[in-house]
Amino acid sequence: MKRAKNIALPYAETFGAAKAGLPGGGLPWLAALRKNAAGHLTENGLPSRKVEAWKYTNLAPLAESPLCAPDADASVPDLPQIEGTHRLVFVGGQYRADLSDGALSGVSTLGNALDTDDKWLADNLGRIAKPNGHAVVNANTAFMNDGCVLRLAEGAKLDKPLHLVFASAGSDGKVAAHHPRILIVAEKESQAEIIESHVGAGAYWANPVSEVEVGEAATVRHIKVQADSLAATHLAYTRVIVATAGRYDSFVMTTGAALSRSEIDVVLDGEDAKCRLNGVYMLQGSQHSDISTTIDHAKPRCDSDETYKGVLDGNSRGIFQGKIHVAPDAQQTNGNQLSRAILLSDGAEMNAKPELEIYADDVKCSHGATTGELDDDSMFYLRARGIPEDTARHLLIRAFIGEIVDEIETPGTRNYLEKLVENWLEREGDIQ
Amino acid sequence: MLEIKNLHATVAGNDILKGVDLKVNAGEVHAIMGPNGSGKSTLSYVLAGRDGYDVTKGEVIYKGKDLLDLAVEERAGEGIFLAFQYPVEIPGVDNTTFLKTAYNAIQKYRGEPPLDAMQFLKLLRAKRDELGMGEEMMRRPVNVGFSGGEKKRNEILQMAVLDPMLAVLDETDSGLDIDALKIVAEGINALRGPERASIVITHYQRLLDYVQPDFVHVLSDGKIVRSGGKELALELERDGYASISDAA
Repeated sequence: MKRAKNIALPYAETFGAAKAGLPGGGLPWLAALRKNAAGHLTENGLPSRKVEAWKYTNLAPLAESPLCAPDADASVPDLPQIEGTHRLVFVGGQYRADLSDGALSGVSTLGNALDTDDKWLADNLGRIAKPNGHAVVNANTAFMNDGCVLRLAEGAKLDKPLHLVFASAGSDGKVAAHHPRILIVAEKESQAEIIESHVGAGAYWANPVSEVEVGEAATVRHIKVQADSLAATHLAYTRVIVATAGRYDSFVMTTGAALSRSEIDVVLDGEDAKCRLNGVYMLQGSQHSDISTTIDHAKPRCDSDETYKGVLDGNSRGIFQGKIHVAPDAQQTNGNQLSRAILLSDGAEMNAKPELEIYADDVKCSHGATTGELDDDSMFYLRARGIPEDTARHLLIRAFIGEIVDEIETPGTRNYLEKLVENWLEREGDIQ
Repeated sequence: MLEIKNLHATVAGNDILKGVDLKVNAGEVHAIMGPNGSGKSTLSYVLAGRDGYDVTKGEVIYKGKDLLDLAVEERAGEGIFLAFQYPVEIPGVDNTTFLKTAYNAIQKYRGEPPLDAMQFLKLLRAKRDELGMGEEMMRRPVNVGFSGGEKKRNEILQMAVLDPMLAVLDETDSGLDIDALKIVAEGINALRGPERASIVITHYQRLLDYVQPDFVHVLSDGKIVRSGGKELALELERDGYASISDAA
């Protein structure tokens, strides 16, 4: 039966040839890490839909794609810019100094960090997101070609929000694969905001992996904008460990990619730790978006709060899988989960699967999932006041999505996301 | 201005309007009264163009045009305003944005230039002051958390801002205390003029103490069974609907 649960990934065989060209080639610890991951990837490939966690998302087309290395020197037009942030740009997964803002205290590119053969990096890279059979992590770990390392010392606060742009120009006739890695270690009482933007043109595979450690009473805000090319595949995995009284806030906006999966795995690993996982997805055409989250309440008195909202047009398909696990001694846990989707067309489809595993007895957990259409009464009311149908739809969609975007604290970031919502509304209906 | 001829309409397969005839000239205020279930609200929704209210026979001519041929928003653009019996709550859309969007959509429909934010706020402030509505209500989402009276007053504010030619008020008086009722009545009276008309749908005679109708019609079982002057309302108040229906 094991074979049936896996899809062979021929790309894994290219690791032997590629490894010499990857950064940190001379570091034995890194070579061992990559080899381990590549071994898993060769042996296990990608999960098929027979694996419960992947039952809605089919990776067979990706495995059959003619994957190749990306062109890091490609020119990429229209790089996103967010006011008040420090921007680092990666093209084809590799850092491009010519497009970036330069140095920022506490931040380095993965390539530069590996050049210095840092003991700290050897101890931390792959510690939180281990290559242990998770295909998305395995692929990234074997092939990671660059990325960002953010290390915040005790009490440090990042000067400005850090904006990481991952762009791809695609590749003629082939599918360029890029594997950026983000490592964030925020020590005690430190604070940071990181925004990841994913953009590009043509067909490519974006495979970003983030590992995040939020130290005692530290705060990390992590925003991701997945606005990849509509021909791209985006498979992302983020694993987060939050220590006592730490806080991790995530927001994922999905408007891009033909097929995407953003998986977030949070362990609330100290008392009074908190996490908030929010997101919106706005889909059209035949886009497929999969948001899968796991929150592990491992210690007492932790709070988790998650809300994902989506609007789906055309023949698009949305998936939300949200697992909350409460360990036996994690008393006084608060967990709230909400999935709300609006289907704008008859061809759109939404699958929401909440999963609660509660082993403690003093726990407040709630979950809700609704899928519906735009409210008829509201539409009639707006139109009866002279507002044309399209404008009325947009008002209601903007209100539905806006409720969650409004929760983003930093004005520059919030404005940027609001603008992306507007852009989507302008495009909505063009692609069917 | 408005001529309804032999109008038949069904809702979910049930015959509700069974041959309504009504003529409204510019400058007139018509009251339509009738018991629950007589088709009063259906008539207002048919005039506004709500989906699911199917006209099976008859016609409605408004300012020389076939009204039933126009989309909901086009009817508003042509100057028809329906004040809802149950105003809809719209979370996430603030009152000011809603009203400005509506105002400028109607301007656009009429080929007039839109108002910018400053110009619109000035207009809104003037109308708000007339109705004694605070600025704070304008920042709140449309009707969300409004009391029954506030919702009705908000309808009247929308009417004052959008300045319709033909206002259809569907039981705007229901659930109002006497002070709110007076404010609503003043709003309706402010729109009276030789070029405009109103249709006031009501179950009770009470509102008509403050809004003097030129004509009163009784709608019963989907037809207008009696028409008269404002004294008819008083008669209904005294004798109830039963006597009228029996007479019909």
